[in-house]
Amino acid sequence: MMERLNQRSRSDPYGSRINRTQSPLRAGSVPYLSIMLGSLLPALLIADVMPLVPPLGFLVLLAWRLMRPGLLPLWAGAPLGAFDDLVSGQPFGSAVLLWSLAMIAIELLEARFPWRGFWQDWFTAALAALLYWLAALLLSGAPVTPELLVVALPQALLSVLIYPILARMVASLDRFRLVRARRIE
Amino acid sequence: MAPPSSRRSGFSKKAQFSVFTGYLLAGVGALAGFGLLLLSLWQPSAFAPLRGVAGDVVAPAGEVTAAARSGSDGFFDGIAGYFRAGSQNAALREEVEIARIRLAEAEAIKAENRRLMALMALREGETKPVATARLVGSTAASGRRLAFLGVGRNDGVKPGMPVTSERGVIGRVLETGRNSARVLLLTDSESVLPVRRAKDDVVAFAEGRGNGLLRVRLVNLGINPLKAGDLMVTSGAGGYYKPGVAVAVIKEITPDGGIAQLVAEPSATNFVAVEPIFEPAAVAALRSPREPLDEAAATQPQSPPVPSDQGSE
Repeated sequence: MMERLNQRSRSDPYGSRINRTQSPLRAGSVPYLSIMLGSLLPALLIADVMPLVPPLGFLVLLAWRLMRPGLLPLWAGAPLGAFDDLVSGQPFGSAVLLWSLAMIAIELLEARFPWRGFWQDWFTAALAALLYWLAALLLSGAPVTPELLVVALPQALLSVLIYPILARMVASLDRFRLVRARRIE
Repeated sequence: MAPPSSRRSGFSKKAQFSVFTGYLLAGVGALAGFGLLLLSLWQPSAFAPLRGVAGDVVAPAGEVTAAARSGSDGFFDGIAGYFRAGSQNAALREEVEIARIRLAEAEAIKAENRRLMALMALREGETKPVATARLVGSTAASGRRLAFLGVGRNDGVKPGMPVTSERGVIGRVLETGRNSARVLLLTDSESVLPVRRAKDDVVAFAEGRGNGLLRVRLVNLGINPLKAGDLMVTSGAGGYYKPGVAVAVIKEITPDGGIAQLVAEPSATNFVAVEPIFEPAAVAALRSPREPLDEAAATQPQSPPVPSDQGSE
């Protein structure tokens, strides 16, 4: 038997190309599950003084939408936002409205600028995150006092700065999503 | 990454329709969200059952993080104590702090007793907590300050019940699920709590400011008798909280009261107790629409309006 010169000649970053194929379940569910996990994560922390954690669910949605255009349908903001509303403490409907609007806005933006780079994506995400931060505070059902706005500023800053990290995480999740995990019999 | 070419519909009628349907569904979703938002701002408790189900699902995961949090809190306290003068320092300090609060509360109880004896030698029994649980999470990403509890309807928890830790008041139950509950924390800007000064009867309202501090507003305006360092305790007005539980310590003085710091910080607590509503009859009376008893009562000047003490969400 002959040794193979290159052990990885029959595989690519998504795994072996022989006898394997992608799992449709995994390819379809990972984006949604990661966004829902992002919605859940802030609910597990105790923040008694101020809004502390950036709206992770929305930011993960943005990252998926900007890095993988065409993967999430245009209307995906409504059901995912409804889930976010159940755990986020916002009045029910605020994320349904804001996430849908964000998806439509990015779609329109994309028709204008189909080719984008990372920095442009970050700028888009930052703008969307800041607008979402302000709108979510206004729609939270509590009177918006100047003090509340001041203590929520770190949250806005964090939401802008966390995008590159989330983008890397979404990229690795995307690789995980497309791994050839299913064996063809 | 550029959008895939499937988004460009070209002359294909099918592709055009699918793009159109996408926009249509997204627009309908946004409109539905707007309608739901208006509904839930108008009727905050409209979606409470749905949220209860979601809370029941999240609560078990929260138990794990809550245990980890209290464990790591102790760990960091230990390290901090070691750097200062040995790990018992932290424990002793906490004990002294609680003792100080208890002392002030005892003073409040003494004043309360004096007043009651002056009235008719009324006696109150000890209230037994309905349930004891951990705070399993909070709305850390939202402008609202709500916390999640690991107990719910099945344990007898009902909306309106006060939640206290060993240090003082944490908040009030807002909504209940089967095995979880939402607590309106004192720091939420919708929270209003009737308080009085521990050592005498200066009454005030403690309102959340949304930034972790409470705004104490005196009921009787005039010369502001408050001083920095005064302990405010619950007054029992409104019927939800039993009187004499520590709430906050005045930090600075404002013309109409003061800015106060919480005594019981939810993030630093391990277990909290859900207590029964102190005067259910009074709460029920406050909730039902009021009718004047007779003409004379209607024309008489009203006492200061009792705060609704209702956090709407």
